[in-house]
Amino acid sequence: MPSLIQAKDLCVTRHNKIILENVFIDVKKKDFITIIGPNGAGKSVFLECLMGSFIPDSGKIKRKDNLSVGYIPQNFSPERSMPISVERFLTLKKKFIPQELLNISKETNISGILDKNLANLSGGELQKVLLARSLLNNPELLILDEPAQNLDIKNQLNFYNLLNRIYKNRDISILMVSHDLHMVMSSTRKVVCLYHHVCCSGEPQIVAKDPEFISLFGNDMAKMMSVYQHTHNHSHQEILND
Amino acid sequence: MIEPFIIRAIIAGVGIAIIAGAIGCFVVWRKMAYFGDSLAHSALLGVALGLVMGISTNLGTIIICSLFAVVLIWLQQKKILATDTLLGILAHSALSVGMVTLSLLEQSIDLHSYLFGDILAVSSAEIYFILFGGFFVLIFLYFNWSSFVLMTIDEKLAKAEGINIVFYQLLIMLLMTVVVAVSFKIVGLLLITSLLIIPAAAARQLANSPEKMAIISSLLAVLSVAIGVYSSLYLDTPSGPSIVVASTIIFITISVFSFIFKKNN
Repeated sequence: MPSLIQAKDLCVTRHNKIILENVFIDVKKKDFITIIGPNGAGKSVFLECLMGSFIPDSGKIKRKDNLSVGYIPQNFSPERSMPISVERFLTLKKKFIPQELLNISKETNISGILDKNLANLSGGELQKVLLARSLLNNPELLILDEPAQNLDIKNQLNFYNLLNRIYKNRDISILMVSHDLHMVMSSTRKVVCLYHHVCCSGEPQIVAKDPEFISLFGNDMAKMMSVYQHTHNHSHQEILND
Repeated sequence: MIEPFIIRAIIAGVGIAIIAGAIGCFVVWRKMAYFGDSLAHSALLGVALGLVMGISTNLGTIIICSLFAVVLIWLQQKKILATDTLLGILAHSALSVGMVTLSLLEQSIDLHSYLFGDILAVSSAEIYFILFGGFFVLIFLYFNWSSFVLMTIDEKLAKAEGINIVFYQLLIMLLMTVVVAVSFKIVGLLLITSLLIIPAAAARQLANSPEKMAIISSLLAVLSVAIGVYSSLYLDTPSGPSIVVASTIIFITISVFSFIFKKNN
């Protein structure tokens, strides 16, 4: 499978703190990768580097020519004082054909709320609208930064089901940061565990058994993920404490 | 026969109202009211600079206010102090330096008219300044409208879609600078922010799109300025406060009606 984005040896240091250290990733066609890691692990900065909106101090990023990327930001909460309809928001600074808007609205179940005010949407509706917007220029890669962070469990499930459906029906790759480990493990094919460096990566079941993963997320979390053998050979305690 | 100064007052007032109403929406959306207020405070230093250098006080104001915006953005990037702290320091030190400088100058100036506005003080040169400045602001707003709106909704999203956030932040501050510089003689330094936010806040209750909000806001600002200037001319009240009183009455009226008829939103 051809690569969409390849990153190698990404390093970012800010205010004498290492944010990313030799981070690498290879996103191929039809990949579904989830990046997990504790708060402040550099996940969002990493995504910004991949999208080109943040320049790393060193390292290489190779993007496929004319790669189109859809993006869903973290903590999206539109300003209430701005009156704007969902439809206007979707099409703001986007080139598209009207039919496309109709199709995507159907695909993401937002046909009924197109003329609602963006500020009046529920959290679940907002995430679907963002998803619709990110799909508007038919992207090859979807990048999501904690898309279900502020949703209750029912809406989380709905959102991930929708995302899975889109992944299945479209020729699309997905790269997502998420804390919803139980969802991640059940739907993702590949997990990258990031804590300033890439701790481990691979299939969810394998990552759940990795000692680095266990020391980052604790035994309970790892148990939730899978049955594992306790093989603790190093710890993150030092890094976590400083 | 209408006196020429009344015609000047009307042209100046309408010009200012249109740009203040439109830019005011961004002040409301982006929560820049305190920034606008601080900018206006620093304009007094601009007046002092203009008088000391022997250039127009409008030009002096533009120079000082632009400098103010650049220094603010630079300090914000450092992230050592919160923005409102920075604004407080910059605004009041600029105001104080301006006051001290003005009091040291030989020539006497009408401080009251700078603080609260004086529609009668508008000269022909200032009319050109207002029209040129207003044209400049509207052109920039028009051509960058969607980028401004998208950035206002969510900066991360806008950044990911290739919008240069710092550039547009600087641009919106620069546009506000121009608005302050062209309008402070009529509305007064202390009251500019209200002309920016009150019509916009009233328009919010009537509009269902950002564009409509900007247009309605401009229209309400024109109405406020017209009523304010009229009462200033015939009741001899200070023009700035008269404009603000008019816009407040409009705001309250619209709020009451929209509360009764819409209940929510």
